[in-house]
Amino acid sequence: MSETVLDAAFFVRWMEAAAAVIDREADRLTELDSPIGDADHGRNMQRGFAAVVTMLETEPPATPGAVLAAAGRQLISSVGGASGPLYGTLLRRTGKTLGEAPQVSAAELRSALAAGVTAVGQLGGSAPGDKTMLDALTPGVEALADSFDAAAVAAQEGALATVPMQARKGRASYLGERSIGHQDPGATSSALLFAALAEVAK
Amino acid sequence: MSTGTANGTAGGADARVGVVLVSHSGPVAESVATLAVGLAGGGDTAPVAAAGGTPDGGLGTSAELITEAARSVDRGAGVAVLVDLGSAVLTVKALIAEGDELPEGARLVDAPFVEGAVAAVVTASAGADLDAVAAAAGEAYDYRKE
Repeated sequence: MSETVLDAAFFVRWMEAAAAVIDREADRLTELDSPIGDADHGRNMQRGFAAVVTMLETEPPATPGAVLAAAGRQLISSVGGASGPLYGTLLRRTGKTLGEAPQVSAAELRSALAAGVTAVGQLGGSAPGDKTMLDALTPGVEALADSFDAAAVAAQEGALATVPMQARKGRASYLGERSIGHQDPGATSSALLFAALAEVAK
Repeated sequence: MSTGTANGTAGGADARVGVVLVSHSGPVAESVATLAVGLAGGGDTAPVAAAGGTPDGGLGTSAELITEAARSVDRGAGVAVLVDLGSAVLTVKALIAEGDELPEGARLVDAPFVEGAVAAVVTASAGADLDAVAAAAGEAYDYRKE
């Protein structure tokens, strides 16, 4: 991977791009959440990331780690559904792992994101294959070793791969076999996060 | 959003454990709090607060309502947080694992929501410490119904 140096402004742009793509895709996320969830994922994510953008505009943190930690904190307090604590934990743990450095490398971001993904798995008690966010996050982080674009593709493929899976976590798991055939909304929004990252890294 | 009576002075030696009840629904959290305080004998009970639904009255989980509720019942002896399901569980776990919003000594108690709430409020009102309150609430899993 190139020796790109990422500063706080890059991470603010990432969050802004994530908010924008989630805004565009909100209806689709809610649609995916209708047959197997409670049809609120798009709206919840939209509300959460809009609050993150407002917070970053009003009081922009000085370091990459602080940007992500503050964004995570904001998601936990403003989403209102399970995606709040899950995405909040992802960003917060990633931010804390990055520490207080004013700039970080892509490799440092990758290993911090890996710590964030591990924290998400611990929080939800889930593993890849359970038809959750992890099915997009895990391949996304792995492919980040190659490039931001590769990560976006791998996360998107991971989200698509949840279609034939049976849900083992969350509300969708109550549906048992009837959860098969639907793409997981959390994996889908996780792929959008990687798409936003690739977009701002161009 | 406090329900029941808040007793004891902050940090006193005889301070009682606080109990927070987190549900996706405001009315469920409030009603379970009323039930638990009522079954604990009413009157001089441990501090209990409900944190149900979202601030606008909808269904969901609010980190802010949970944090406010936990602070309102914190007397320095710890706070037992009981939750119903899904995002309520994840939000409290995330706040405890990653955050500094909840008072020190706040603990997620693994217990059935209604039965655990009654057990927690009864034992906390009797002056039990946080370990004993959590154990009593968790034991409610063992009371089979058939």
